[in-house]
Amino acid sequence: MSGPSTYEPASGFTRWLDKRLPIIRLAHDSFVAYPTPRNLNYWWTFGAMLSLCLVTQIVTGIVLAMHYIPHVDMAFASVQRIERDVPFGWLIQNIHAVGASMFFLAVYIHMFRGLYYGSYKAPREILWILGCIIYLLMVVTGFLGYTLPWGQMSFWGATVITNILGAVPLVGESIQVWIRGGGSIDQPTLNRFFSLHYLLPFVIAGVVALHVWALHEAGQNNPAGVDVKSKADTVPFTPHATIKDLFAVVLFLILFATFVFYMPNALGHADNFIPANPLQTPPEIVPEWYLLPFYAILRAFDFNIGPIDSKLAGVIGMFASIGVLFVLPWIDTSRVRSMRYRPIARQFFLIFVVVCFILGWCGGQNPGLILAKASDFTATLTYVEGGQVVTQPVTAASEAQFDDAAAAAREALTAQGATMTAVTREGATTATATGVIGGTQATRTVSGHTADEMETLIQEVKTEIGAGAAFFSVERRMPYTFTVTTLSQLATFYYFFFFLVLLPLLGLREKPGRVPDTIAKPVLTEQGAA
Amino acid sequence: MLRRRAARFATRTSLASAPNQGREIKSVAEAASAHAGEDTTRRDFIYIAAGAVGAVGAAATIWPFVDQMNPAADTRALSTTEVDLSAIVLGQQIKVMWQGKPVFVRHRTADEISRAQRDDFASLKDPQSDAERLVQEDGQPGRPEWLILQASCTHLGCVPTFVEGSSFGGWFCPCHGSDYDTSGRIRRGPAPANLLVAPYLFLNDTSIRIG
Repeated sequence: MSGPSTYEPASGFTRWLDKRLPIIRLAHDSFVAYPTPRNLNYWWTFGAMLSLCLVTQIVTGIVLAMHYIPHVDMAFASVQRIERDVPFGWLIQNIHAVGASMFFLAVYIHMFRGLYYGSYKAPREILWILGCIIYLLMVVTGFLGYTLPWGQMSFWGATVITNILGAVPLVGESIQVWIRGGGSIDQPTLNRFFSLHYLLPFVIAGVVALHVWALHEAGQNNPAGVDVKSKADTVPFTPHATIKDLFAVVLFLILFATFVFYMPNALGHADNFIPANPLQTPPEIVPEWYLLPFYAILRAFDFNIGPIDSKLAGVIGMFASIGVLFVLPWIDTSRVRSMRYRPIARQFFLIFVVVCFILGWCGGQNPGLILAKASDFTATLTYVEGGQVVTQPVTAASEAQFDDAAAAAREALTAQGATMTAVTREGATTATATGVIGGTQATRTVSGHTADEMETLIQEVKTEIGAGAAFFSVERRMPYTFTVTTLSQLATFYYFFFFLVLLPLLGLREKPGRVPDTIAKPVLTEQGAA
Repeated sequence: MLRRRAARFATRTSLASAPNQGREIKSVAEAASAHAGEDTTRRDFIYIAAGAVGAVGAAATIWPFVDQMNPAADTRALSTTEVDLSAIVLGQQIKVMWQGKPVFVRHRTADEISRAQRDDFASLKDPQSDAERLVQEDGQPGRPEWLILQASCTHLGCVPTFVEGSSFGGWFCPCHGSDYDTSGRIRRGPAPANLLVAPYLFLNDTSIRIG
């Protein structure tokens, strides 16, 4: 993309240096003379914000590490000390915590940008994959960092996530113990998480360097998705992109500062202000907001798929949702990059964005929460008031014949005139059959908004009638319910449907929109002006 | 014979020998390909042997750096916990730490025991009788009033609450709503299996050792 170097050392020293280490030449070619497409819009400014975020996290993190103590008894207090006693500790700690959220906010917009404008397509596959690796590293680093304050959510989040690894067949448990350094999340875990949390940002920085290298080799994509044809289609990076990026960064910093100064804990969870307690689970365990969509996918699998149990299926689903991004350049068959010229794909893309938000919302809710139901949960209790209670022991010859023996006992009681019968099993072959003779049969119906509410009402009725009836026969009617889990399942389905079915098929079937001549044809060249 | 082969070996592969004179050999691969089409030579053997030794050496060097993350000796040493049962009154439960994990020690009431035994034949997700869940580490039967369970939900490892919220009188996991009965068997919710029994042994009438 970038042609021969245009750098010319101006002074004696730079000439001397250029012969020995052409570092100024590299910087000049990469960030000054580097040709950027003329038509980039503001969605292309997030790379600059992300670089800033990485630097911010590394700088604030190094400073925090000077005060933080990775010990189960002291970690929580040391973070509070940073907030209260260390000079400007409150500022640095808040920047670091809010910075993580801002980092993910920017990276998600950056990724959606790439998806919409087809920035993953040839010749930018490696560039895209490197980006996916950076994102994965960010997720791991974010998770490790969230453990360090050693609050309740830190501890239990780490417990849930390391348990997820235990779902892997055969080696899962060994990996789990290996990661934790013991049977549970404890001192060894905290110590190593701190070490790795310090390491990974530098690994990210390394991959970012490769990402930028790949970008400068392949050249930037642009909103039209049409290759840059001549020098007239580009402008030098400095000042055009530099100033535009800086302006966007300023807007981004305003948002950043608003959080840091006015609501530093708005994006965190209140439970993380309770010191970690291995003996008590918080009422709900949720990850930080940026991981909620994946948490929703994890929980959407509440059914077994053949030999794969629900837990492993959830784990596979969650990893596949990120894994699918890695192969995206080859899944999407369309040769048109920008969705500007893909009228159908564009609509599905917009649904995809909405679905991602829905998944994020689902991840933060109680999965059993009922969003809609066909009717109330109702139950009918049938019982006999008064009457004479008779019992009869049931003994079956073998376990297999138990059902027959129980039925026979009930029939015998009915023959004696019992209006209601029941069998209570006491062992493999023994039970007691109970019947009520005489009395008046009565029914009572209760209805509740949830299954739990219905059960409570049933209990209430039983207590109310109490000894008045020997036993109850309860018929429960469960309506069809649409829960958060159902919604996550639909959203998860669409997530994979979009990548695995829509993108491959649409590329083959869709008729692209017409690219305006002003873009498709190099007007200036034809007029001989360029 | 041997000498002749050695001589051939020397002539054909020496970089300074006639076929290679005035020609720069760029890589080991190219040097090796000079043999292409010929029988296996001693040099091939040396490549493979050196490569194999190198690989084993690299693996042996990496292993300590991988293994250091496994539980340390002092962590492993803290593997048993003794519990005095005399302090736990009927109907009460205590949580003790064993290998850094909480363990429930529950003193069950007669009613809880009968409920647990009655449900041995109910429809269970992970069928197991109450008696099987009481068996001690050495295979001896346990005592029905003492139930020793690992306090982590088999779904994702949260600590279930004692009775509160459970429709079966046992434990209820607040995270994703798994409901366990008075024997710690899963009855409702996403957990795939019963609460795990902690390996324990009665030391005497009033104390047990876990682990």
